Amino acid sequence: MKPAPFAYARATTLAEVFDLLETHGDSARLLAGGQSLVAALNLRLASPSVLLDINGVAALRGISFADGRLRIGALTRHAELGADPLVAQHAPLLAQAVPHIAHAAIRNRGTIGGSLALADPAAELPACILALEAVLVLASREGERRVAARDFFQGLYQTALRGDEVLAAVEIASQADVPCTLQELARRHGDYAIVGLAAQSARGALRLAWFGVGATPLRTPRAEAALAAGDVAGAQAALAGELDPPEDLHGPPALRLHLARVLLGRAAAALKGH
Amino acid sequence: MNELSSVDRPNSYIGRSVPRPNAKRLVAGRGQYVDDLRLPRMVHVAFLRSPHAHARILSIDSAAARAAPGVVRVVTGAEMAEVCTPWVGVLHHLKGLKSAPQHALAVDRACWQGEPVVAVVARTRAEAEDAVGLVEVAWGELPATVDMEAALAEGTPVIHPALGDNLAFMREHVGGEPDACFADAESVVVQATFHTGRHTGVCLEGRAILADYNPAEGRLTAYHSNQAPHMMQTVFAKHLGLREGDVRVICRDVGGSYGIKVHVYPDEMATAALSKILGRPVKFSADRMEGMVSDIHARDHRIAARAAVTKDGVITAMEIDDLTGIGPYSVYPRTSAVEGNQVVNLCGGPYALRGYKARTTVVFQNKTPTCQYRAVGHPIATTVTEGLVDLAAEAIGMDPAELRRRNLLADDVYPFKNHANLSFEGLSHQACLTKLLAMMDYEALKAERDALRAKGVYRGIGIASFIELTNPSPFMYGIGGARISAMDGATVRLDPDGSVAIASGVTEQGQGTEAMLAQIVAGAVGVDIARVRVTTGDTETTPYGGGTWASRGAGIGGEAALQAGHALREQILVIAGAMLQAAPEALDVRGGAVVDRATGAERLPLEELGRIVYFRGDTLPKDLPRELVATRHYTPKDYPFAFTNGAQASYLEVDVETGFVTLLKHWCVEDCGTVINPMLVDEQIRGGVVQGLGGALLEHCVYSPEGQLLSGSLADYLLPMSGEMPDIQVAHVETPTKESALGAKGAGEAGTAGAPAAVQNAINDALRPFGARVFAQPFTPARILTALGKI
Repeated sequence: MKPAPFAYARATTLAEVFDLLETHGDSARLLAGGQSLVAALNLRLASPSVLLDINGVAALRGISFADGRLRIGALTRHAELGADPLVAQHAPLLAQAVPHIAHAAIRNRGTIGGSLALADPAAELPACILALEAVLVLASREGERRVAARDFFQGLYQTALRGDEVLAAVEIASQADVPCTLQELARRHGDYAIVGLAAQSARGALRLAWFGVGATPLRTPRAEAALAAGDVAGAQAALAGELDPPEDLHGPPALRLHLARVLLGRAAAALKGH
Repeated sequence: MNELSSVDRPNSYIGRSVPRPNAKRLVAGRGQYVDDLRLPRMVHVAFLRSPHAHARILSIDSAAARAAPGVVRVVTGAEMAEVCTPWVGVLHHLKGLKSAPQHALAVDRACWQGEPVVAVVARTRAEAEDAVGLVEVAWGELPATVDMEAALAEGTPVIHPALGDNLAFMREHVGGEPDACFADAESVVVQATFHTGRHTGVCLEGRAILADYNPAEGRLTAYHSNQAPHMMQTVFAKHLGLREGDVRVICRDVGGSYGIKVHVYPDEMATAALSKILGRPVKFSADRMEGMVSDIHARDHRIAARAAVTKDGVITAMEIDDLTGIGPYSVYPRTSAVEGNQVVNLCGGPYALRGYKARTTVVFQNKTPTCQYRAVGHPIATTVTEGLVDLAAEAIGMDPAELRRRNLLADDVYPFKNHANLSFEGLSHQACLTKLLAMMDYEALKAERDALRAKGVYRGIGIASFIELTNPSPFMYGIGGARISAMDGATVRLDPDGSVAIASGVTEQGQGTEAMLAQIVAGAVGVDIARVRVTTGDTETTPYGGGTWASRGAGIGGEAALQAGHALREQILVIAGAMLQAAPEALDVRGGAVVDRATGAERLPLEELGRIVYFRGDTLPKDLPRELVATRHYTPKDYPFAFTNGAQASYLEVDVETGFVTLLKHWCVEDCGTVINPMLVDEQIRGGVVQGLGGALLEHCVYSPEGQLLSGSLADYLLPMSGEMPDIQVAHVETPTKESALGAKGAGEAGTAGAPAAVQNAINDALRPFGARVFAQPFTPARILTALGKI
């Protein structure tokens, strides 16, 4: 299929992005890596009248570390994320996640900002952000506002981003030397996971963020508490009350719940062996 | 692989892995696929397809589409029917097979989700798609017949009321004394119900056609991504009211086919008809989404089966009850009854049974039509047969390899006719199994499996012997009334520069047909392979032939090329004899020169011979024949089919917590007779194995109860990818067919035929400690966990 006709505009500054968003409103879509958006255009699942290309906006690039916090620019490509020494040191969960994201060609173009703004519930990075309790920096003409990851993902493909805003960066408190693990089960390497789990230890506590099991990435506080107390079986049992996975071509909800329990056990072992 | 085979000459290429002559061009991006072609006045067509599995077309409002930018014409089914006549996919020899007339565009009613309904022609494909979105169709949804199990039940809607019921075809066969075998009190009876998942062949290049009807000469030229240009020439002529001679079909580069591109598709017929309507070239290139609902599907079977085995390990009988759903029409012109018919023919094929009983029931349903896809019926029959053999082995406590050794046809029984009435000229089941077991080090592998099992690692070994139908004679389609040639021809020509041109009726889709032809002819004539050019896929410039399908390219097209090459060499030697005043028998052609046969001493380069013949014929004797071109044809006559055989094995690990299967290793030993190019044959086997593994583990056309295809994109329809594929080790036993000088049988489908059965048996071997078994493909984590009782 061919995409429906659309116009194209390229911005080089955030100010230009804000101008273009104001002019075109809801009929515009931001183009970052394009790895989900362009496919949606070609399938005519999306038909925006204009694409606003933000790849030239320098303010959205770069990875830096200051005051105990890692800042990852929204335009950071998955391949850059996976290779960056600051990320490996301060947010190793993200570095672990990158090899699971699709395939090399997609990782070379896709961006962390694009992944988070799209909020695909089966994607790795939104769950990682949730497990890392990261803060998302949303920029608009009025300035920046900061939204906690748990407040950012609001529903299926729905986020806290307003129409006049751009996701500028992600900020993460350093997790250096803190155990973490990313576990997922996909039929083929690079596919969206049937079930995935991003697990991050945090000073006596544990954060479990699931993907592929609901409309958004999900935390499971009761399982977290049980696992933090060393009760793996209790944590696995708690999942039945905390996850309500959908049925799809992979199988019935019971399949996902079962696999989630298996992943939880494997994550517990991985964290213990860390 | 420098050893020469028995058909070799001193400069032969047979048995050597020479590179494909077209590989560099394709890798360099200089191929000419249909979508690469651009003609003057060319326009593009896009189709509005039925969103419903079954619906009446109440009205079509195309006013907005007609007014859209770039639109040239909007055509409905009623208008199309005035130009393109409908077809019915039946063959006389498949007794009782019935189907309904099928149109290029649905006229009153759409019968599957994806059936083309309205054609929109525009300057660009994008404009055509834009305008398709503006066509308003008022649908009257009809109840859909989706579940094949219910297709014949009372109260299920009959899709074509004129046919009376939803039964397309039924065939029963009884050979030997199956009932007595099953009644034998000393025998054990094992049984299972197998499901092979509906799937499809996903070609790298989608279906495509560029039809160019030239009203000034009343001729249609179709550039077509297709395997059988001469068959399509007949079909276009018949249904567009043209003479066959006024239709030219050209198949240049074709990016994979696997049987997908050997059928008549309504959207392709509509494209040709649109070109006739408009008097200008019209291009259609199926995108992936429409390909998934309009390319033929295959293998949608449920098979209840049982086998009788004596306690001392003699498999005496098998009984098969096959049910298959084929969509709303039998596909034209090869029909959709062949797959079920093949299941009846092929089950139990490798074994010396005393009795065999089989039935296939072929029913209509409102899903995408099914038809022949690589290894038609073979993976189904092998899955059932080899699944039963493993059940029998377990039932009597015998090693499954040993049970096969005792029951496979002995290598010295041929010629042999089995209880399914298949005639085998010469097979090598025992030799293949022996070689397979040695190659995989069966005993060591079993020891490793057992040692790991004690540590909670569950690995399994699965073996599958199989037969494969190749080199079909007219008994496949011709006797049923289809104009599908079983004969094929080759023309071989010496040009004045000493180079050789071949034109062949068999076609190339990426498997290396042209390399095979070049190898055979270079050796047969006696020239360097670099001096050979090959033309295939053009009804105007190649001899008439059937094309490439049913593993016939090398066995039939290759033999014609060999004979034509030999004939050209004889012609050269007669002329050279006159020029050199030598007896032709004392000369030979080697390395591009006429040589003294006894000593090999060069006497005359071919370019010198060519120069004299073409430019200085005045210097030759008046009565000397000067033909430097020869055409030969070949049709198998002694046997309806050249059966081949082989054995495969799979070694895999099942994660019993997740139900995930990891393929560790795969082996295939097969016997295609003379191996012409070992590298190409091995890659055919590997590619075929991978398609078989895809069907066994991943690929599945899943439908909703309403008849909507749920796995309609490559995100949901899971193709095998290199990361999950095991190392595949291939070896050969060579039993050349005596019917031809070349001795080649087909190799294209052997890999696909046996792979799913080997995987099924390996999974069930891994699950044996849990008493769990799976017989429904694809073997998904959900199905394995269900069998294990974990979900």
